[in-house]
Amino acid sequence: MRSVVKAKPSRPVLAEKALPQRRVWRLIRRFTRRPPAILGASVILAFVVVAVFAPWLAPYDPQATNWSKIRKPPDPQNWLGTDDLGRDVLSRVIWGARVSLLAGVVSILIALLLGVPLGLISGYYGSWIDQVIMRLTDALLAFPFLILAIALAVTLGPSLANATLAIGVSAAPGFIRLTRAQVLAVREEEYVQAARALGASDLRIIGRHVLPNSFAPLLVQATVSIAGAIIAESTLSFLGLGVQPPTPSWGSMLNVAQGFLQQAPWMAWWPGLAIFVTVLAFNLAGDGLRDALDPKDY
Amino acid sequence: MLQFLIRRSLISIIVIFLVTILVFVSQRLLPGDPVRVWVGEERDPESIAYFRHKYGLDEPIPLQYLRWLSLALQGDLGRSIRTGIDVREEILRRLPITVELAVLALIIAVVIALPAGVISAVRKDTTWDYIGNSVALFGLSVPNFWLGIMLILFLAVQLHWLPASGYVSPWEDVLENLRRMIMPAFVLGTGLSAVLMRQIRSSLLEVLKSDYVRTAYSKGLEERVVIYKHALRNALIPAVTVLGLQAGALFGGAVITEQVFVIPGFGKYILDGVFTRDYAQVQAVVLVTAVGYIAINLIVDVIYSIINPKIRLEGAKAE
Repeated sequence: MRSVVKAKPSRPVLAEKALPQRRVWRLIRRFTRRPPAILGASVILAFVVVAVFAPWLAPYDPQATNWSKIRKPPDPQNWLGTDDLGRDVLSRVIWGARVSLLAGVVSILIALLLGVPLGLISGYYGSWIDQVIMRLTDALLAFPFLILAIALAVTLGPSLANATLAIGVSAAPGFIRLTRAQVLAVREEEYVQAARALGASDLRIIGRHVLPNSFAPLLVQATVSIAGAIIAESTLSFLGLGVQPPTPSWGSMLNVAQGFLQQAPWMAWWPGLAIFVTVLAFNLAGDGLRDALDPKDY
Repeated sequence: MLQFLIRRSLISIIVIFLVTILVFVSQRLLPGDPVRVWVGEERDPESIAYFRHKYGLDEPIPLQYLRWLSLALQGDLGRSIRTGIDVREEILRRLPITVELAVLALIIAVVIALPAGVISAVRKDTTWDYIGNSVALFGLSVPNFWLGIMLILFLAVQLHWLPASGYVSPWEDVLENLRRMIMPAFVLGTGLSAVLMRQIRSSLLEVLKSDYVRTAYSKGLEERVVIYKHALRNALIPAVTVLGLQAGALFGGAVITEQVFVIPGFGKYILDGVFTRDYAQVQAVVLVTAVGYIAINLIVDVIYSIINPKIRLEGAKAE
């Protein structure tokens, strides 16, 4: 169908614009018909709001220590209790949303930025470039994701930026593979061959045909990967490789809490629950997207 | 089939080479000088230089690599510069602990996932299905180190049912070993069981729609027979692949689980080595991890071809 559009240069703009727009609307309609997906998206939105407005929403300064309130259980003043330095746990959980969401989203953006171009090149051009990229990808995939991220974070040095970068690089091989597979599938389609026959440049074919067709699976993969990235960030912070104290993050709060399970169990409840709910929301949204984009019977 | 295996093995070996070179070079090119940390910051330059010379660290990196490789191929993985302990012996001592943990986790995962996946698929869109899916989603979303902390909190700290952490060898006391392994194994198994359950459910649903299942039903076979003898066999094929792909996640999970439960396994050894930048230790650990991971996936391919004769036949035709 697209090759037909290409063959008539008089009206291509209209036809090409109308198609993706209708597709997007159909996607949104299908997505909104699924209650779990809506729930996931709403929770994500709520956490984004919490992260953005943290300075106004948090009842206390998340870093303010208070020696008269050390490890106090939840009460009307400190809804979620206080930690080992007398800091308000609720305020720290609220500020921690910033770290987790930022690290989750930015690291997957890095993975996309690295993975998609490499996957495109690998799949589109083939031959030795493909071999080099794929063997390097295999080499990276020979490590479990988390171990790779830990190793990279250690070598880069402990900080949020480095942890984010480490997670992004570790997640990239998956996106390289996925993009390459999509390109291989699309490359031989008749409309791509028609475009090539009409003299379209590689860049145009990739930009107009290959990329738009790879969009759906990449979007699903990215959404689900954010969930994984948030867990990875909290794991790195838990190990002391992410956010450095006194900046609050869910993972580092759990790291401290582990030492006070007997005396102050509430220190371990809330940050973990926050990670769990956020990750759950991204998984729900990812599932919803997958169903909306690829409507099978089940 | 054989040709396919040989080709895959060759590619795997190339990948392992690449991995070791990458790690070796990047370790040495990174900023900072771990030798100073190992021997002590306050040492004089002469003794640091002596140290470097003793461990061959003053030679060009390619030469260092070749020396390491030739020793590694003979099974000598060197000594930890920090502790002086033979790395190979340490790995051989710790690996069984992690393997036990992983196998227990795998058993727990299968025991949960297989019935849950089958019930969810067969009773699709019923309460059972929703419960199954919710549990799977829980398993996918819960960070396993937090689950570990919560289990320690309730089962060990509050109820005193199980010990909070530590490790006892099964050769010393099998029951005590299991008592200490059950929590970490459960924690490690949850994520895997979720992935597995989803895979079993969706592939079983696919199979249940196929013609031969309808034929089996129309022959008047019982539902049990149709599902277990006809449908499940085929539905399990993709599940086995997922199991292979998840081996890496299991391994990565073991690292953090061993940290939370203070288990002196291979995973903790990885963390210790990476944190202290112990060259010999990191290289050995990386080599073993990569070889193990690739070997598992190779084995999965072989199993795959055994349970799915179609692949074997197609492979033979291609040859």
